[in-house]
Amino acid sequence: MTTQAHGIITPHASSDGSDRARWERETLAPALAKTAERAVPFTTISGRPIERVYSAEDLASFDYARDAGDPGEFPYTRGIHPTGYRGKLWTMRQFAGFGTPEETNARYRQLLAAGGTGLSVAFDLPTLMGRDPDHALSLGEVGKCGVNIASLADMETLFDGIPLGDITTSMTINSPAPMLFAMYLVVAEQQGASWKALSGTIQNDILKEFIAQKEYIYPPRPSMRLITDIFQFCVREVPRWNTISVSGYHIREAGATAAQELAFTLRDGVEYVQWGIDAGLEVDEFAPRISFFFNAHSDFFEEIAKYRAARRIWAHVMRDRFGATDERSWKLRFHTQTAGVSLTGQQPYNNVVRTALQALSAVLGGTNSLHTNSLDEALSLPTAEAATLALRTQQIIAHESGVANVVDPLGGSYFVEKLTLDLEREAYAHFEVIDRMGGMVAAIEHGYPQKEIAESAYRFQQSVERKEKIIVGVNGYAEENELPVPILYIDEGAGERQIARLRQLRKDRNDDAVRRTLEALKRGAAGGDNTMPLLIDAVRAYATIGEMCDALRQVWGEYEEVPVI
Amino acid sequence: MPKIRVIIAKPGLDGHDRGAKVIARALRDAGMEVVYTGLRQSPEQIVSAALQEDADVIGLSILSGAHNHICPRVMELLKENGLTDVLVVVGGIIPDVDMPKLRAMGINGIFLPGTAMQTIVDYVTANVRTRQAT
Repeated sequence: MTTQAHGIITPHASSDGSDRARWERETLAPALAKTAERAVPFTTISGRPIERVYSAEDLASFDYARDAGDPGEFPYTRGIHPTGYRGKLWTMRQFAGFGTPEETNARYRQLLAAGGTGLSVAFDLPTLMGRDPDHALSLGEVGKCGVNIASLADMETLFDGIPLGDITTSMTINSPAPMLFAMYLVVAEQQGASWKALSGTIQNDILKEFIAQKEYIYPPRPSMRLITDIFQFCVREVPRWNTISVSGYHIREAGATAAQELAFTLRDGVEYVQWGIDAGLEVDEFAPRISFFFNAHSDFFEEIAKYRAARRIWAHVMRDRFGATDERSWKLRFHTQTAGVSLTGQQPYNNVVRTALQALSAVLGGTNSLHTNSLDEALSLPTAEAATLALRTQQIIAHESGVANVVDPLGGSYFVEKLTLDLEREAYAHFEVIDRMGGMVAAIEHGYPQKEIAESAYRFQQSVERKEKIIVGVNGYAEENELPVPILYIDEGAGERQIARLRQLRKDRNDDAVRRTLEALKRGAAGGDNTMPLLIDAVRAYATIGEMCDALRQVWGEYEEVPVI
Repeated sequence: MPKIRVIIAKPGLDGHDRGAKVIARALRDAGMEVVYTGLRQSPEQIVSAALQEDADVIGLSILSGAHNHICPRVMELLKENGLTDVLVVVGGIIPDVDMPKLRAMGINGIFLPGTAMQTIVDYVTANVRTRQAT
């Protein structure tokens, strides 16, 4: 550090790096001699060692124009919009769904009335796994973790009175994404909304299911074919739809470090682009509709650096690896959700604070949309009151904290830029390993990301038990006899009502049309036809999700993983 | 002292297996013989695995809310197969109101998120009735 004539203290590195050495000798050493630092590992939640202080010396290789770039310019480290949030705030998109379509429809109307600016559908496990509510495996699961949607009739109810042409909807659905997307398109059409103008997102990211969340149906290769079918279909028919949300969220929740989340997610993105190209598409035709989804975990600066590194890596990958020339292909757009895994059942009100800090990191990292978790989500799905408080948390960050006034406020921070560089380098190292294995599908078949994540999860749990990492209310500052918070209890009624509706539907519909469209679907899947128009026909005939998914199970079989612990 | 034999199982449709895998490893590191069944195991498959593996303990990982359906079925099948001395523990998200029901069917080891691995190891060690000891 040097004191300049006008009295402002400006850190700067001299050419021989002696400033740091001098400071360590003259200022730091006496301070340490007097008072030792706390006897804890100074590491991020991912186990990354953090230095005491960062200065220009740590950024010797950093070039502003090359590595950061101005906002809205390549490589978009500082954001994809030149005006940041001064133009438009991030979309406050709260993930919700439970019970029957009627119950969830009421929650959506309430969220929109409270100022939510987009919908995000949470489906229950039978829907996510492509099973009808009356299937044996659905027992006890209907409507529990999300809303149950068994056919077009349920989708009509879910969006009753909600104009799909005016809002954007995100649907967290993966293996049965084509079936649910087909239902959405038919409901939009019934409402008179044009597919060409329709906007929203389907998660449709099967690779992270094999890696982390494990909600897969078919083996990896036919699963990838369904995804490229959607890419091709949307290029022609639904050009403003985000065809995939390549997700690190679940990879992180399963135990990955920040660097692993970044690397595996972006490498999944590379895999989808490659498969799209191999299916005959031009990169710039479909790449602009690829979006991403990251976790906002608790280590504040590491998370901010992760988002910044993600934008830079994607810009380079798209331009340099795939030769994309459309700027929209270079720009990484992403949704963020605060870390569900960080929520504690103990002292649940603490979760409001955790979520607020995580949300702030996502905003400082330039997220395009955000979901904040509710305080009771370690215990159950959220109550309406808890969900509203979670939305209010975002509104306070947006309107009261002042952080939305300025673009990338941490750009140029020695610490944040150094972390961004380090995370970028680690991600490329993982890319190399996966490329050598023959790509992400091959790496998954080898169990590589699965093993890496299980290892990180176990290591983190050990560090918690050794109290190297303190979780407030759990392994530190715990209390006896806590007062319970109100929770949403989902009864078995939803399952009974959905099964009754389904039985009625099977009586009312034209079974010949169902059989005919399902046969056509099977023939198309066995051959090379695009499956989307065939699914839309089956949906119009009110074929159920279980029937459509079973038709493809008959053609492609089901995937079973070899578990690794 | 014979090794304690444990089946860690994930019943139901849910695929969130982080907890199941971490606890499988913790029990193994504590010297137990652990078999992890993998995902989406029916109560029938779980009990048949317990029979085949001569298990002393079954650990069920359930986060989806399906415990009220799965746990009674597992306990019933254990009884039918004469495996009443197998210790059954549950880990996951279990609302307070459901705990008395689980205890009434003989499941006393219920471990919620945030439980230390050591707590579970200690509980299993203290409550298991190994076949060899009887």
